[in-house]
Amino acid sequence: MARRTVEPLLWILFSAGGVLAALLIPVLMLLFGLAFPLGWLAAPGDDTLLLLLSHPLARVGGSFLCLLWLLHAAHRLRYTLYDGLQIKHLDGVINLVCYGGAIVGSAWAAYLLWRVP
Amino acid sequence: MREEPAYTEFHPRWLRHPTSTYWWLQRRAYFVFVLREMTSVFVAWSTMYLLLLVRAVTRGDAAYQEFLDWSTGPGVLLLNVVTLGFVLFHAITWFNLAPQALVVKVGRITVPGFLIAASNFAAWMVVSALVAWLLLGRS
Amino acid sequence: MVDRITLEVARYRPEADSGPTFQEYEVPCPRDWVVLDGLNYVKDRLDGTLSYRWSCRMGICGSCGMTVNGEPKLTCAAFLADYAPGPVRVEPLQNFPIIRDLVVEIGDFMKKLVSVKPWIIRDEAQPLSAGEYLQTPDELHDYKQFSMCINCMLCYAACPIYGLDPKFIGPAAIALAQRYNLDSRDQGAAERLEILSEHEGIWGCTFVGECTKVCPKNVDPAGAIQRYKLHAAVESLKSFFAPRGA
Repeated sequence: MARRTVEPLLWILFSAGGVLAALLIPVLMLLFGLAFPLGWLAAPGDDTLLLLLSHPLARVGGSFLCLLWLLHAAHRLRYTLYDGLQIKHLDGVINLVCYGGAIVGSAWAAYLLWRVP
Repeated sequence: MREEPAYTEFHPRWLRHPTSTYWWLQRRAYFVFVLREMTSVFVAWSTMYLLLLVRAVTRGDAAYQEFLDWSTGPGVLLLNVVTLGFVLFHAITWFNLAPQALVVKVGRITVPGFLIAASNFAAWMVVSALVAWLLLGRS
Repeated sequence: MVDRITLEVARYRPEADSGPTFQEYEVPCPRDWVVLDGLNYVKDRLDGTLSYRWSCRMGICGSCGMTVNGEPKLTCAAFLADYAPGPVRVEPLQNFPIIRDLVVEIGDFMKKLVSVKPWIIRDEAQPLSAGEYLQTPDELHDYKQFSMCINCMLCYAACPIYGLDPKFIGPAAIALAQRYNLDSRDQGAAERLEILSEHEGIWGCTFVGECTKVCPKNVDPAGAIQRYKLHAAVESLKSFFAPRGA
């Protein structure tokens, strides 16, 4: 029974994470991964970023965002491992590594955002 | 498991081809599908990268600058270029598939799929512009 | 204009062969001939031992599905001229056990179709005196696309998930379930949800989308599945937060 309710929930989280990843990650990676480090555009100052991140909405929202992004990635990776490598018999290990990794990553995200002064 | 019939002269052995581990290389559509699924790895890396950024910012301006310098190194730079490619691929394929998953009816009329996809792309542009506006011109 | 074309046809004779082989046949290639015409020419004139299924030869019975040059196709809808100069490789439909030559075993598929209860389910049948169940054209439009399925199994041949896990219920079965779920006369959505929420039901699908690409009738089973996932997920959340008891 528990299995029956978990799959739909995981799919909803996967979908939500997918939408948010599609909307936000490209621009963030373009700016912080390429444009700012390479100097194509002026990077925001350290204090500006701290101001943005210290807002409680940013802390909670940011943690939630990371949770959804990581759960999206975990869910997709789990199915890719099932289908691509046909190792369904290892599904206990796969679930642990994928979803466990997502939980650990999200906990780290929440910690980092809590530690923003 | 399918029930295995008893093999007789009039019901001989069926031939079953097992699916190869490399099934995803056998058709272009399957390969593109696996690429699409692999974008998940790059979504995870993006999350990690942005968290490393948050950590650097928290440690002060020197650490922040050091993080930006580290990102210009050839290894990280290459990774981020590849990541950008994959997350763009994720976004494009995701929004293109939206019309198949979402059927929206306004009264009696079903919204054509093209419009659903277009509005998704438009939302993407708006959100990206918003994020850029928040971050640019504030050094 | 090519006069003749070679068909490379997969053969498997269980009483004689231990594995599959290929046999080449040269058949005429008039402009309007399809692969099925080529196979019929082989059977009538060249080699009467070739076994394959066909019936209507016009894309409505769903019998003649085979793998043509690696793609699942209805052989009555695949023109030989499109494959000129050839050769054209004709193999049985993928992901199904092969009984003989180009004939595959479809029992698994038939069982799955039945398992989704493809009939109108009513809590209480309307008495005869009340007349027919009425339906507006808009209500018909809601499910009509999914009623176009001819059970040709091309979608199962194209679906890599079905190839990897034969327990997966598959695109046509889910599209068929949707045909009834979306029918305004039907009240059986909850019953079908039980079967489809199994792990080998809709949740096994990863939206590869090949099923929709190969469907000769534009049923869009991938769309049916994704829409159904949304519905099932919402139902699951509803029952979690407001359980009505099993």
